[in-house]
Amino acid sequence: MVGGFRWAAMFPDEVWEHVFSFLPADADRNAAALVCRAWYRIERRSRWRVFVGNCYAVEPAAAVRRFPEVRAAAIKGKPHFADFNLVPSDWGGGAEAWVEAMVEGWPHLEELRLKRMVVSDDCLELIARCFKNFKVLSLVSCEGFSTAGLAAIAANCRNLRELDLHENEVEDNCLHWMSHFPESFASLVTLNIACLEERLVGLLHRVPQLVDLGTGKFAAQHHPELFSKLESAIAGCKNLKSLSGFWEAGPTYLPAIYSVCEGLTSLNLSYATIQGPELIKLISWCKNLQRLWVMDLIEDDGLIAVAASCKLLQELRVFPSDPYGAAQPISLTEHGLVAISAGCPMLHSVLYFCRQMTNAALLTVAKNCPNFTCFRLCIMEPHTPDYITRQPLDAGFSAIVESCKHLRRLSLSGLLTDLVFKSIGASANCLEMLSVAFAGDGDAGLHYILSGCKNLRKLEIRDCPFGDKPLLDNAAKLETMRSLWMSSCSVTLGACRQLARKMPLLNVEVINERKRGLPLELQPDNCPVEKLYIYRTVAGPRSDTPSCVWILR
Amino acid sequence: MSSGLRMEETELRLGLPGGGGGGGGGGGEVESGKNSGKRGFVEIVDLKLQLQTPVGVQEAAAEAAEKVKRSPNDDSIVSCGSDPEKPSPPKAQVVGWPPVRSFRKNILSVHSEKGRKEEGEKSSSLAALVKVSMDGAPYLRKVDLKTHRSYQELFVALQKMFDSFTTGDYGSQGMSGRDFMNERKVKDLLHGSEYVPTYEDKDGDWMLVGDVPWEMFVASCKRLSIMKGSEAIGLAPRAMEKCKNKC
Repeated sequence: MVGGFRWAAMFPDEVWEHVFSFLPADADRNAAALVCRAWYRIERRSRWRVFVGNCYAVEPAAAVRRFPEVRAAAIKGKPHFADFNLVPSDWGGGAEAWVEAMVEGWPHLEELRLKRMVVSDDCLELIARCFKNFKVLSLVSCEGFSTAGLAAIAANCRNLRELDLHENEVEDNCLHWMSHFPESFASLVTLNIACLEERLVGLLHRVPQLVDLGTGKFAAQHHPELFSKLESAIAGCKNLKSLSGFWEAGPTYLPAIYSVCEGLTSLNLSYATIQGPELIKLISWCKNLQRLWVMDLIEDDGLIAVAASCKLLQELRVFPSDPYGAAQPISLTEHGLVAISAGCPMLHSVLYFCRQMTNAALLTVAKNCPNFTCFRLCIMEPHTPDYITRQPLDAGFSAIVESCKHLRRLSLSGLLTDLVFKSIGASANCLEMLSVAFAGDGDAGLHYILSGCKNLRKLEIRDCPFGDKPLLDNAAKLETMRSLWMSSCSVTLGACRQLARKMPLLNVEVINERKRGLPLELQPDNCPVEKLYIYRTVAGPRSDTPSCVWILR
Repeated sequence: MSSGLRMEETELRLGLPGGGGGGGGGGGEVESGKNSGKRGFVEIVDLKLQLQTPVGVQEAAAEAAEKVKRSPNDDSIVSCGSDPEKPSPPKAQVVGWPPVRSFRKNILSVHSEKGRKEEGEKSSSLAALVKVSMDGAPYLRKVDLKTHRSYQELFVALQKMFDSFTTGDYGSQGMSGRDFMNERKVKDLLHGSEYVPTYEDKDGDWMLVGDVPWEMFVASCKRLSIMKGSEAIGLAPRAMEKCKNKC
């Protein structure tokens, strides 16, 4: 900056605001705000959308103060591994502090999206009462609220356009909460309540403009008259593009949705244990599908059929029907994945649970799909090698990262040595999130990642032989990332203490759930750390830690 | 090994099985007694080295495991709640692996129950409200089984609920209304005292309260009825007989 950018004053602020409105990403707006004071001032007053990837990275009041005109906010709380019960239930992530600050400073807030946070009914009532023009509420993987809180939302938010509640832990104490919705509900476009029981049909008649519908429990096969009512209600939703839910739906129920299949771009049947043949029949109607979530009951044959019918498919997720291997094995193998990769040219995002894989299959997938942005493969038994060659799957995953230059998210599984990390560190230049479990030989593996992967934001590791050295050697890297999770690795308390002393802008949280033994302050440096969560923050240590969490300074 | 443990849990004993440490609450671990540890479910493996395929026997996660956000035990391997309806697969379970959300773990167990009634079913995140009737009481009450962790607690709650109704009609052994729900006097109830706690289970059968482990009871109880002793004699005769023989 030379002598102040006086030309900034040549245009009125509104002109600059208009220019900034074309900046697509927050990162671009952040960069603009650093150019000069005038731009900082103008930018902050015109930012209306804020994303807080870690609720503890900044004080709520500070965020609200900096951007006074925000209309849409998205906030995330717990670490991702909380979804799999690795994080203590009282760890934190409470939404009150944020909701109170927002009610105070953003009275015109229209949109709120919370993920992995603890949201109380009081929070929901505050939201319902204080934001007069509230339009969008999305709670994903949250807990702490009940249908009584949802009733407050339904009753007070007359302009609600989107209500997305999926995969939450909700206490159901208000059976008729949906009856609080207005009689004529012309604003609702998205309703996704896949975690609750619900009376679907009546509501559908009131919201024929629905574009996105997610249902709760439905067992229409036992009520033929309800089935035909559902069929006509759904057929009445001419704009329906996205359908999910159908817990416990049987095959006899599926024809109720045939009428809308051709218009569907998104279909989530991952809660329904429909078998292969019925699934294939249904999906053959859905020629315009872009996103498909299913259970592995679809099997290789079903995926081959998908590859043939759904040429617009962009995202596929295949979930395990039997995670613990108790039932008969399902015929879902690497062949299904290869078929999809070959048949769906627009595929860029995959989540795939299976029991066997080969390097050859992964090489083929890498060649077929250089445009992957997200590749998450979970071979369910840890340390599983290539089942034909018995080799580690290093070559396969290396091929993925070398071929897919735009890969932003990667999850590894199977038998893997440090070699795969060498490839990832060297090639995965766009990678933002990496999940590692039961992999690697030693410290070198982690060092490759932390010294490479220049765009890495989130790293989560469990059960790997990674220790202190790569952490301490790459301490500065941690400040460029949002967060690091390590559990059941080989990190010691001494290294954590050193890291905390060296890096004041990091919160180094040591989680120790065993109640016996000395308190952490008195433990020696060589004490092993069971769980470690490190994240950058400008807010300093948080004040709501439970007894099992220590923040080292 | 595992089938032996299951039998042990349902074995009829003197006093209430729940009295030996109680259940873990509706949805918690099934092991009764905190000091029983893992009860030989699985061998502890050092996860810092390679995970070996464990030799120990492990029971599949029941729907009860769905709701609980529990902290992992030592060494990251826990034995999940036992599911008496499923055969146990020969694998140890690692906490949080495979990485599927609790929701998804539950779907399979819910779907795999044979002969389930689709609308009577409650997911374990709902309250387990059951009606309680008592012979001679003018109206029914409701109790949430999920808010109690053992038969003892339930009986205390029931006693409070119906205290006003148990006026003068004491059992032939002179038990007061205050005592009739006391767990120590269960056997007295069967020997002619006035009131017997019974419940209707999922299959529609009327059973004596206290026969099965607490969690099993919570999962199968549809409603409670505190009957006059003379009427209860004809119900679940096998159970009554066994209780009497042990008293």
